[in-house]
Amino acid sequence: MEPMEIVRRLDTAFPGEVLESIAYQGQVGVLVRRERIVAMMQWLRDMPEVQMNHLMDLCGVDNKKRQLEKGERFEVVYNLYSISHRHSLRIRAMIPENDPSIDSVTGVWTGANWHERECFDLFGITFNNHPDLRRILLPDDWEGFPLRKEYSLKGKKEWQGMIDLQEKVAKLAKYDFSSQQSGTDKGSTAQEPGEKHE
Amino acid sequence: MGEIKAPGLVEIEEGVRMIPGANTLIGPLNKIVNWSRSGSIWPVTFGLACCAIEMMDAGASTNDLDRFGIIFRASPRQADCMVVAGTLTKKMSPVLRRVYDQMPEPRYVLAMGSCACSGGIFETYAVTQGVDQILPVDVYVPGCPPRPEALLEGFLKLQEKIDQEQYRWSQWR
Repeated sequence: MEPMEIVRRLDTAFPGEVLESIAYQGQVGVLVRRERIVAMMQWLRDMPEVQMNHLMDLCGVDNKKRQLEKGERFEVVYNLYSISHRHSLRIRAMIPENDPSIDSVTGVWTGANWHERECFDLFGITFNNHPDLRRILLPDDWEGFPLRKEYSLKGKKEWQGMIDLQEKVAKLAKYDFSSQQSGTDKGSTAQEPGEKHE
Repeated sequence: MGEIKAPGLVEIEEGVRMIPGANTLIGPLNKIVNWSRSGSIWPVTFGLACCAIEMMDAGASTNDLDRFGIIFRASPRQADCMVVAGTLTKKMSPVLRRVYDQMPEPRYVLAMGSCACSGGIFETYAVTQGVDQILPVDVYVPGCPPRPEALLEGFLKLQEKIDQEQYRWSQWR
């Protein structure tokens, strides 16, 4: 089935939810509202002519620096594929900045679990009814969401775990062996962590 | 005439003599201990990322590390060297330090690849800028990834470094 046909049927089944559809280079992207996303995904998966049984990818987007005519700051993009019909579709759910949350589609495709965790970890988009929403890539006590546009490349402040580790390294440094080539000064003295051996 | 040398003692290396027939080596303890340590460096692999592939290649048949006495051990308790191959993220740093702390003396660290030496191209919030922020490093092998021959040279440099150690085996270190 042609992707635009799927979009038309989706629009008929869920009136008012589809905001816009963009076709480019043979691919179709559909901007949708986030309220009935789980129902839409179930429809897309279960409708026999559509049968999107493979969620290829789920990711987040931060549109802060992008000029969009209609759109919110965040998006969650679902790349769907039908193994039986061999057609694909891209659904972009718009998420406003003041309430970054959306329903989780783990009930529709279980593979969405870790992708949603990654989206939460890096963007801060909460997924309602997610079975296990916690950070996946960064340490659990990390503060901040790195892929948001305001997060600088090197971050603002050091992670607490790293500070603790540096203190531990400083305490253990006195047990390091320092080999000096001259051979006269044989002891190991307390060194700064990271001092190169000679 | 020259001096009378003790018969039967053959000088193999500077300071080290052998009694042939009795299969005995006489030499300074430093030299003998350093020779045995440098001839059997057993690294614990800490392959984190792409450099691990090159480390495997160095251990494989074309560039063979086994002929230098280098056998990779899985457990830090049985190893005397740690090859940190790959990018060290901040989340992994406490784990790395823990594995290093479990290694008994004498222990050496070889930082393989740009990311282990200095963070590589990843000057970001999540990557430790060099393994030497949390461990004392003996040899740095740069490259992205370093060729297996480069890692081999790193091991040879480590061997040279070990050969020059004095009294590391003793209480007077």
